[in-house]
Amino acid sequence: MHFIKNRKWFYIFSTVIIVTGLISMLIQGFNRGIDFTGGSALRYKIDAAVSAPEVRNTVNDLKVTKEVSVQKSGAEFFIRTNELNQKETAQVTEALKAQYKTAQLLSAESVGPTIGSELTKNAILAISIALGLMLIYISFRFEWTFGLAAVLALFHDILIVLSIFSIFQWEINGAFIAAILTIVGYSINDTIVIFDRVRENLRMKKKEQLDILLDKSIMQTMNRSVNTVVTVLLPLITLLIFGGSTLKGFVMTLLVGFIFGMYSSICIASPLYYEIKQRAS
Amino acid sequence: MRKNSSIAIICAIVVALAFLAYFTYQPIKNNLNLGLDLQGGLHVELQAQEKPGEKISADTIQKSIGVLSKRVDALGVSEPIIYPKGNDRIVIELAGVKDPEEAVNIIKNTAQLEFMDEAGKVLVSGKNLKDAQAQVSPGGEGAVVSLEFDKEGAKLFAAATSANVGKPIAIVLDGKIISAPKVDGPIPNGQAQIEGNFTAKEAQDLAVLLRSGALPVSFGIMEKRTVGATLGSDSLAKSVKASLVGLLAILIFILGYYRLPGLVADISMVLYTVLVLGTMAVLGAVLTLPGIAGFILSIGIAVDANIIIYEHIKEELRLNKTMKAAIESGFARAFWTIFDANLTTLIAALVLIWFGTGPIKGFAVTLSIGIIASLLVALTFTRYMLVLFADLSKNNKLYGV
Repeated sequence: MHFIKNRKWFYIFSTVIIVTGLISMLIQGFNRGIDFTGGSALRYKIDAAVSAPEVRNTVNDLKVTKEVSVQKSGAEFFIRTNELNQKETAQVTEALKAQYKTAQLLSAESVGPTIGSELTKNAILAISIALGLMLIYISFRFEWTFGLAAVLALFHDILIVLSIFSIFQWEINGAFIAAILTIVGYSINDTIVIFDRVRENLRMKKKEQLDILLDKSIMQTMNRSVNTVVTVLLPLITLLIFGGSTLKGFVMTLLVGFIFGMYSSICIASPLYYEIKQRAS
Repeated sequence: MRKNSSIAIICAIVVALAFLAYFTYQPIKNNLNLGLDLQGGLHVELQAQEKPGEKISADTIQKSIGVLSKRVDALGVSEPIIYPKGNDRIVIELAGVKDPEEAVNIIKNTAQLEFMDEAGKVLVSGKNLKDAQAQVSPGGEGAVVSLEFDKEGAKLFAAATSANVGKPIAIVLDGKIISAPKVDGPIPNGQAQIEGNFTAKEAQDLAVLLRSGALPVSFGIMEKRTVGATLGSDSLAKSVKASLVGLLAILIFILGYYRLPGLVADISMVLYTVLVLGTMAVLGAVLTLPGIAGFILSIGIAVDANIIIYEHIKEELRLNKTMKAAIESGFARAFWTIFDANLTTLIAALVLIWFGTGPIKGFAVTLSIGIIASLLVALTFTRYMLVLFADLSKNNKLYGV
């Protein structure tokens, strides 16, 4: 396999996703959950043949809520509204119980408007700190060229995940930020294992051309790369199937992110290192 | 000879591990703190509301935390978490509350009790209360809250009642009149009663609020998340099932692909699991729903350490080294790879501990403990086991070469 020689194709592939994503971000933005926008999210279980629009009408008739949206999943109903206080939440529950005897409040979340901007600020700060520390560590243990390539590849991972979530309008919330940081942590892990092999091969007496050496290093670690991604994806898939609805968004984000993290460790990080090294010397 | 003693040691280790897992199962299970998303509960972030001309001081927040702690204790929660955030906020996390929505009501009430005369002048306030108890109404229907004032309060109340004979005194809670009984005569003993058509529950709650005292400042809810007990136990059952299936899938995959070393990895995973969950129980760390996901993801990391070691050993074997030599040099080469790779992952997990709250923090803590435990197990136990197994068979095929 000639990863370095064919790097142009990987660049094109990633660029297409990211550019589409950026356009999507400009046009339709993100489907932001209440963690970002503020508002209330109530979750009920109703064991009766009820449709989402019916529940919506019941809630609307109360006139305590604005901007009601209802989603149904099995016997569970997710109701999203403007921010409700304790009394208003109780009123919604009463109304649903009066209409459908079995209605049960499973969980209720209310988030004020200022929390969202803090979340965004903290998220950017947290991710920047993580990337900064990684850059320092890798530069210290390897060489700055490796560090720069690795962090650029991580940046690529973040952009890809953001793009996909914007394109498909999947909801992002507080857990999404945590998922991004986890993806960064796993992607860097893969990249380090490959770079470690590159470092080892560079130390060998035999002088090789850098692109051949990089391809060789990637192939030598390929078994591990594939096996590791399998051991991480297996539990994620079982969580997605058996884990219930609460974790779904989080697990989906990780799944998408880990796959692209693996891809970038192999197809983006090493070519980027090649580019940086060529220009540096 | 050597072969026989190796078999004996391996058997002894496996039996010891089985015992370890068997005997630590119950204590670990009993000592693991489940997060509010797994047993129901609530997370609230309160913000002190500044009155014009009054700055919120650190002292005000400390006093409020004291009052809130008393209220939360009355709810009977085993491990309440209450801490200040920033200059003017308080975060409360309660796991295992039966009715989390109800708990929010008790927490956020300012509970400023005042007795006022007709002109609206405050005669006595909740500051001077010594005790408050819910009682069955003397009339039989509903409940009342009986109050006992402290010395100063009793004096003020005696003066107030004697000055207002024949006139009503309003009992005001957080600016709302609860009742306005007419004063029949002076009350010198410092005893009073609030009758407000309470149910027994309402009277209980009010008594708790009055006993724990008023908050020095009123609070608004910035963020509130409540999870009912039903959803909590449902999430726990589902995620445990998903984890077990996922874990089993990993074990089978590793065994199938790596054969004998795969078996070593699988045995190591038992130790790893006990170590991670045991550490969490000992540290009092909270296991949350994302934390369970973090735990099985960290198993991936632990397995990965094994995979890196095996791939190195396989390479060494292909160079026609002896098994022992291959294991030695394989480990030596794998050590720094594993160390560097896991340390960078740990950086992300530690940043997440700092950044996250509630369930997310639980996830990051579990992941961090997992990363460190996987390093320890892979570099000590797995290594020792591999050397033992190497004595058993010189057959490279068993190593997947």
